[in-house]
Amino acid sequence: MKAHQALIELWRARLGSTWSVASIPVYSIVLAFAVAVVVVIVSSAFTATGLDILLPFRAYASLLAGAFGSQNAIYNTLVAAAPLMFGGLAVGLGLKAGLFNIGVAGQFLVGAFAAAVTGAAFAQAPTIVGMPLAVLAGALAGAAYGFIPGYLKARTGAHEVVTTIMLNNAAALLLTWAVNDLVRAPGFSFPRTAEIGQSALPILAGRNLHLGILFAVVAIFVIRWILDRTTLGFEIRTVGANPNAARYAGMRPIFITALTMTLSGLLAGLAGAIQILGVIGFYAPGITASVGFDSIAVALLGRSDPIGILFAALLFGAFRAGAPLMQIETSVPIEIIDIIQALVILFLAADLIVRKVFRVRAPKVEITEMATVTGSWGAGTPPAGTAP
Amino acid sequence: MKRFSTGTLANDSIDLDLAAREIHALLGENGAGKTTLMNVLYGLVTPDAGEIRIDGEPVTIHDPADAIRRGIGMVHQHFMLVPVLTVAENVVLGQEITRSRGVLDMRAAERRIRELADRLGFTVDPGARVDQLSLGQQQRVEILKAIYRGARILVLDEPTAVLTPQETREIFGVLRRLREEGTSIIFISHKLDEALEIADRITVIRRGKVVGTRKPSETNENDLAELMVGRAVSLRVDRGQSHPGDVVLEVAELRALDDRRHEVLRGVDLDVRAGEIVGIAGVGGNGQDELVECIIGLRKPIAGTIRLAGRDITRLGVDARRDLGIAYVPADRQRFGLVLPYRLPDNFVLTRYAEVPYAAGLGGFVRQDRPIRSEAGRLAKEFDVRASSLDVAASTLSGGNQQKVVVAREFRHDLKALIIDQPTRGLDVGSIEFIHTQIIERRNAGVAVLLVSAELDEVLDLSDRVLVMYRGRIVGSFAANEAQREKVGLLMATGEARP
Repeated sequence: MKAHQALIELWRARLGSTWSVASIPVYSIVLAFAVAVVVVIVSSAFTATGLDILLPFRAYASLLAGAFGSQNAIYNTLVAAAPLMFGGLAVGLGLKAGLFNIGVAGQFLVGAFAAAVTGAAFAQAPTIVGMPLAVLAGALAGAAYGFIPGYLKARTGAHEVVTTIMLNNAAALLLTWAVNDLVRAPGFSFPRTAEIGQSALPILAGRNLHLGILFAVVAIFVIRWILDRTTLGFEIRTVGANPNAARYAGMRPIFITALTMTLSGLLAGLAGAIQILGVIGFYAPGITASVGFDSIAVALLGRSDPIGILFAALLFGAFRAGAPLMQIETSVPIEIIDIIQALVILFLAADLIVRKVFRVRAPKVEITEMATVTGSWGAGTPPAGTAP
Repeated sequence: MKRFSTGTLANDSIDLDLAAREIHALLGENGAGKTTLMNVLYGLVTPDAGEIRIDGEPVTIHDPADAIRRGIGMVHQHFMLVPVLTVAENVVLGQEITRSRGVLDMRAAERRIRELADRLGFTVDPGARVDQLSLGQQQRVEILKAIYRGARILVLDEPTAVLTPQETREIFGVLRRLREEGTSIIFISHKLDEALEIADRITVIRRGKVVGTRKPSETNENDLAELMVGRAVSLRVDRGQSHPGDVVLEVAELRALDDRRHEVLRGVDLDVRAGEIVGIAGVGGNGQDELVECIIGLRKPIAGTIRLAGRDITRLGVDARRDLGIAYVPADRQRFGLVLPYRLPDNFVLTRYAEVPYAAGLGGFVRQDRPIRSEAGRLAKEFDVRASSLDVAASTLSGGNQQKVVVAREFRHDLKALIIDQPTRGLDVGSIEFIHTQIIERRNAGVAVLLVSAELDEVLDLSDRVLVMYRGRIVGSFAANEAQREKVGLLMATGEARP
């Protein structure tokens, strides 16, 4: 009996501390949906159907049905969530080290391209050979592309926000050139890479539930383990929380900075790889890079915590998967999803509003990742040679 | 007659009265509520209950502008001056003298400042830029600023914390002159001897309550310390006899640049023997911090060598030096010594996180919770770190307990050399006593201790040998018995043994 009660107490404490971290994100989502109700109602007044008070609720019902209403809907949600898990981890890992990697978009493209080209090269080889090689190529390409801003930051202090934004553009344009002039597959009316054939990720269930989803979930737990349980994770977190103390403790913030950006790029590259090998099947200029920016939202909503990122990615995946049905059934445009996502981030950043509305009295947990994002100028890891 | 009484959590129904032409010292440990009380006075904190009366009249003070209007001036511990402006510009800031249409009349301002300074008995160049002044001079500018704004009640928060003994004496002269002129002064401090020297009355605060008011003639340091802490404390550590052994730490011809690439160490030579405490006295900013950073490996010297037990460690990294037996208590515990959001166990092993048994498995890659926690528990107990649990963040601890975490972690048993920078900065009497005892214990165990402190008394009390650092060089060396306060202080201030 005693042990039983102790166990309950332990769980209550654990739930309490989880809730103190998760409450603001959850409330932000609720608030975002509430504000979006107003947006939908107001905008309905300008459509043929006229003002419709119930429209947002019908829209939300369709959204829910589209995301979770059937087995296929759930598969669609998972498929949309997988790259966001990788991308969210990429951004979240950077934030843990005090780095704001806006470059996920570029690293995603580079990873996608490398996976597409490698996959096409092994299109005829058995899946057990081609698929892992293509995934590996995507991961390494992303890692290399993440290493560049990491190295620049570590060696020269060049701010990663600036360099990664530049590198995003460089990636998109370079790859457009590469697809046009280097690896353009013959026989298509537009520039794209060749078929990946046998290198595609195996479908596990349904029409589209591919193996990459499993990879993403495994990555969540691997990154969580690294951050929480290993010396490397401790170094990353310490560099992020207090680079001065990290140096004093004998860590090498310069090395950790470069390594973290490389790992972040690796995860972003994997996002690109599974998207190509599991969903799209080829690389073409203009394939969606929205994953890059949604990843930032996912990481912030998940508060850089791998488990938080898992849920945030599932939520955003559900948005993406459910939105088409919502548009078909209720004529509410898909773009309302972007508005809701933006509002979520807005309320996360302006958490004072959330606290006021919901009277949150939970102790103010320092939102370090927000501090990294908003205060990223001049903050973070000191450049090489800068003494305290 | 002015009378204040407030009641907040930090200030639990405090009654304090300040007479005209009085220097009233407010004495208390860190966190006792001195600063809160003064912030109430200056309009930075609103009291929940109670009232403030000036000349018998109840007043409410909403903000600092209100306070200034009512004749209250404040000199903060950290000066609120604009470094790139001149003395005159700083003093008149916000109350500029203008000719017409907003054209500044700096000449008139400078004239008035010179007159004011003459009256108070000190010289200051109104045209000098503040960033070129010493801390002592900057403080006088702060006082001028307050008086210029018509302050009749002057509040000084820990005014001597950054001053040399000479500067302290000078500022006391200024304060006495102000008192003669009719200014009432509240002098906040945790230094007992200064309160006794300067004050007409001393009020002691403990945990937000007034525990006693004394006249200096009726009390002494031990009595005041007991009031402050609530128990008897010994103010002077009993250093005992030292038994120096072989040279452990050796610094030769060390040169280094500071962050602005100026040469800040210009050939430092020193050695520390096993079982000996060598103290470095010096006004802050003469290269002490950089010297310590070089020894510990945080800063690369441009020339010179550092040896530990005969071995050249000049080129080794921080972690390699730690492995060889150097430990370091940094001056700024919050910036360097701790990761404030981390729980206590992670802070207790911060500098040893990669060592067995705290990391093991997969080639020392996996952190081991159980040894980390048990070590944290052991250290917390041994060093009397008071926290509600090990799982609280270091940021929730008081300054004294934070410092104990750092000290507990660094004072390990297999040490060769211990570098301590400002071991008791901002700590209360009780914590200081504890940490001093620990330092002596380490020395007696044969550790070579290098102590840097801005508190001259601390250096003199603890050190077996006192070195004086001035502009990047060691300019003097005294055995403990010949290190007199005045002699050392003079050398600190001028770099020369004779004025």
